[in-house]
Amino acid sequence: MTIKLAIFYFLAAFTVWAAGVVVFGKNIVRAAVALIFSFCGMAALYVLLDAEFLAAVQVLIYVGGITILLLFAIMLTSRIGSKAVKVVNDQVVLSAMTGIGLLVGLIYASIAGIAELSAPPRLPETAPFLGRALLTTYALPFEVVSVLLLAAMIGAIILARKE
Amino acid sequence: MSSFADLVECLYAITAAWGIPWIIPTLVVMTVVAGIVIGYIAVAAMFMIWWERKVSAHIQVRFGPMRVGGWHGWAQSIADGVKLLLKEDIIPANADKVVFVLAPMVVFAAALAAYVTIPWAPGLIVRDLNIGILYMISISSLAVVGIIMAGWSSNNKYSVLGAMRSAAQAVSYEVPLVLSLLGPVMIAGTMSMGRLVEAQNGWWFGVLPKWFVFPQVVAFVVYFTCALAECNRLPFDIPEAESELVAGFHVEYSGMRFAIFFLAEYANMFTVTAIAATLFLGGWHGPWMPLPGLPQEVAQGLFGLFWFLLKCYFLIFVMMWLRWTLARLRVDQLMGLAWKVLLPVAFANLIVTGLVLVLGKQVLLYVVGIGIVILVAVGLALRASANTVRMQMQKARG
Repeated sequence: MTIKLAIFYFLAAFTVWAAGVVVFGKNIVRAAVALIFSFCGMAALYVLLDAEFLAAVQVLIYVGGITILLLFAIMLTSRIGSKAVKVVNDQVVLSAMTGIGLLVGLIYASIAGIAELSAPPRLPETAPFLGRALLTTYALPFEVVSVLLLAAMIGAIILARKE
Repeated sequence: MSSFADLVECLYAITAAWGIPWIIPTLVVMTVVAGIVIGYIAVAAMFMIWWERKVSAHIQVRFGPMRVGGWHGWAQSIADGVKLLLKEDIIPANADKVVFVLAPMVVFAAALAAYVTIPWAPGLIVRDLNIGILYMISISSLAVVGIIMAGWSSNNKYSVLGAMRSAAQAVSYEVPLVLSLLGPVMIAGTMSMGRLVEAQNGWWFGVLPKWFVFPQVVAFVVYFTCALAECNRLPFDIPEAESELVAGFHVEYSGMRFAIFFLAEYANMFTVTAIAATLFLGGWHGPWMPLPGLPQEVAQGLFGLFWFLLKCYFLIFVMMWLRWTLARLRVDQLMGLAWKVLLPVAFANLIVTGLVLVLGKQVLLYVVGIGIVILVAVGLALRASANTVRMQMQKARG
């Protein structure tokens, strides 16, 4: 058990615990705060995988953007000091079966190994490599995602406009 | 100053020779460095609070603190700190205790974590990450989450309003901030703070230092405006405006918890001016001379540290000066400024910088020419529309 492995287990346990609070927590604001912790845990796991650019962007976009959006939605729709929300719905059994099936499949895949997923080359700096890849090899998905983002923004503006 | 890195290497070698796993000296070094940084933040924040009171006083033709400690009330901040420590810690009855207690910690942790990549002097960075500037911006966005947590958990309508306005302002101004910072990053070709400073080495024509502020004036102005908004300083301090929202998101916090918010705000001010000094004003570059009895590296390091702190505190002085000179922007004017003015200007700067870097400096002539044509056309169009409005008003009147 090397120290790096111990750090990985600690971070993974922290991330999974935070995600558990998000899913099973009764107080919705505490669930949102736990979501922040799970995103930060994910960023730390990215750093362990040598993807430091991705880790910084994860914090910037997920924590600095998406959780703020979620907190805005919570603050604008629920009343201050409201009672707990119902966490489970009527489809608990079906969703539990799907979740556990997915988990078993992922564990099997990670133990058996997937041939196409080889270990990535260790780069001194990932950002220039990512930039070049996004603009040459993966230019088309990049442009398609930009158009998707534009459509989402226009949709949001139209929905929020006062008539 | 790379002697510090050698010192740390020595420590690692010694502990490895004794058979201690590498995690122990690493943790010890990290704790000591974090302690030094927190110590610096505390002292600097106390100094800045005193300085703010003096600057505001002299702008308003009065004296400010004069008594505490003798010379111009220099111990006023220490007295304030002791007072805040001794105050009763009040948590509102229906507040969400966990989130209430956690919020100042998140804000302060975000403000502190940004000090990892500040280049104080040649070779004196806690860690020269190769995503330096991106790391600082992402960590600063964590503070916004802490603000929302503080506002919501206070169980107070004004706190929630203040927190929402603050979060909206911070998130809106983050976009032109990042875009304006991309200009110098593109010119230097790296995001690492140490290498960004080294890229500003040298002089143009022997007289003008090669700082990025000269080719990127527009980016500097946009960045400084966004930095003011990120720190919730006037003219963007609607979230904290005393006459508007009492104190905004931290109205329910007392004693040490409020002191942590206050400390985090001034720490944040220093961070944004440190980014500006590094990316635009040449970092620790400045004239230096060898000092007797010290090795050349140490002398260069000391002078570098002096110039860096001088640039940072000059920009902090400008921030304080603006606070006590300009009027506060209304929240819709504030958002309009970010999305309708700063964002297009930042994009334009990015486009022009990219064009010039790829196509060479002749492109600048074409860009300036086209820019003048567009400005003249817009001016004529505005004049024409104003004339039509005036004619319509005269017709309605007469």
